[in-house]
Amino acid sequence: METFAFYLFSILIAGLFLVTVLSRNVLYAMTSLAAGMVLISGLFFILGADFLGVVQLIVYVGAVMALYAFGMMFFDATGVVKERNTPALLVFLLGGLSAVMLVVIFAAPAIGSHVTPSFRTPQGVDNPHAVGLVLFTKYLVPFEVAAVMLLVAMIAGIILAGKKMDTSLSKISDGEESQAAGKEER
Amino acid sequence: MDGYIIGTIIKAILILAIISALAGFGTYLERKVLAFMQRRLGPMHVGPYGLLQILADGIKLFTKEDFIPSHANRLIFMIAPAITAATAFIALAAVPLLPEFTIFGVKVRPIVADLNIGILFVLGMMAAGLYGPLLAGLAQHNKWGLLGAARTAVQFLSYEVVTGLAILAPIMMVGSLSLIDFNNYQTGGIGSWLIWKQPLAFILFMIAGYAETNRTPFDLLEHEAEVVSGYATEYSGMRWGMFFIGEYTNMITIGFLASLVFLGGFNPWGFIPGGLAIILKVSFLFFLMLWIRAAWPHVRPDQLMWLCWKVLMPLAVINVTLTGLVMMV
Repeated sequence: METFAFYLFSILIAGLFLVTVLSRNVLYAMTSLAAGMVLISGLFFILGADFLGVVQLIVYVGAVMALYAFGMMFFDATGVVKERNTPALLVFLLGGLSAVMLVVIFAAPAIGSHVTPSFRTPQGVDNPHAVGLVLFTKYLVPFEVAAVMLLVAMIAGIILAGKKMDTSLSKISDGEESQAAGKEER
Repeated sequence: MDGYIIGTIIKAILILAIISALAGFGTYLERKVLAFMQRRLGPMHVGPYGLLQILADGIKLFTKEDFIPSHANRLIFMIAPAITAATAFIALAAVPLLPEFTIFGVKVRPIVADLNIGILFVLGMMAAGLYGPLLAGLAQHNKWGLLGAARTAVQFLSYEVVTGLAILAPIMMVGSLSLIDFNNYQTGGIGSWLIWKQPLAFILFMIAGYAETNRTPFDLLEHEAEVVSGYATEYSGMRWGMFFIGEYTNMITIGFLASLVFLGGFNPWGFIPGGLAIILKVSFLFFLMLWIRAAWPHVRPDQLMWLCWKVLMPLAVINVTLTGLVMMV
């Protein structure tokens, strides 16, 4: 049952991401990206990691929604985008190499028999507690560093987008409007 | 194991049937309540007190031509309403609707999937439901629809933050993400309801819930006076109906979430048994949504953003910080 579910999800995810890469229609590309991200959470659910599955769902549903906002501003959603594809051997080689490397890195623990987990999942606690325990003991420093980086990104975003923030959009006269509207939507 | 699978299937079918019927009945109730508040009679002609109006609406929706505009993206246009309806019911799967009861000697737990992260799953699925309006607006090749889709994205990205932060303070107090644990935390009668400890979180959650279910003070997605019908402009017949079944199901889900998290859930309430208590609470919250629709005007998009980012989000952050301080000190 679980094997069947795994292969079903894997085939669907791979297919959907292929559509994302190959489709020339923005709407198809982004919709299949969103659907693929939602299906990845299915893999977490199969593994019994309910919490991570739901986090995947919530985070990527929001993130892809932001992509849609950009897609809406830059492209005609129902039309076909003209792509400029210059076949570059170097790009192809580097992309393929990094893909192979990623597969090798993530497949190594599954194939090798000398790998032991350095931090075992504690028995008898539920999912969010287990994640919290690891996050606030072994990985405390990376966690805090990530928090600081997010803070830096947030402040940078506020500064970049924050000019004219205190004037209401409906009170700006027509000449300035288009300029301010572009900022507001971000 | 077989019994479990069969039981789950029966529960899923029952919930699907009952809730979609209730969603249809909700449209009738909404028209009646709005009518009485505006000193009108509402639907009166079909059946006694217009009760058969639902049936008439159903016949109309099912038999109307299913129209797809010529320049629209057909596939996405067709699946968008299904996304809204399906995610609304998937979200309901993780909500415990009633207390446990025994029927024909079998113990029944009225929840389809008892996840130990129930509340996050429900909120995540309801968030995914907003892809329905977004895709519908983008696929229909109509400027009103595009505006509706843009407003969906903006509203969703803002109010998702407030929902999460508002619900975080009760989660910290209960120490669990399971909706059944929330219910069991409030067993000590009306005094132990979380609304007395977290009044601000309750108000923030309800406001954000109205924005997520696209209810009136925040129903910018299909604001008739501004963008014709927003994301639903080009839809007709049953596809349009699916959007509305989804919307009313989401209203019921928000009602159940609010009563489980803040209003004591399905614990017995004085002499009222638990099952009836939660139905009364959800009915009141549903009525509150109709009441607010009758009482309040729409807000402008910039007012919506102002309210979210400059009022509600700081309040929610302060609430979470204060809760943490009180719990730790």
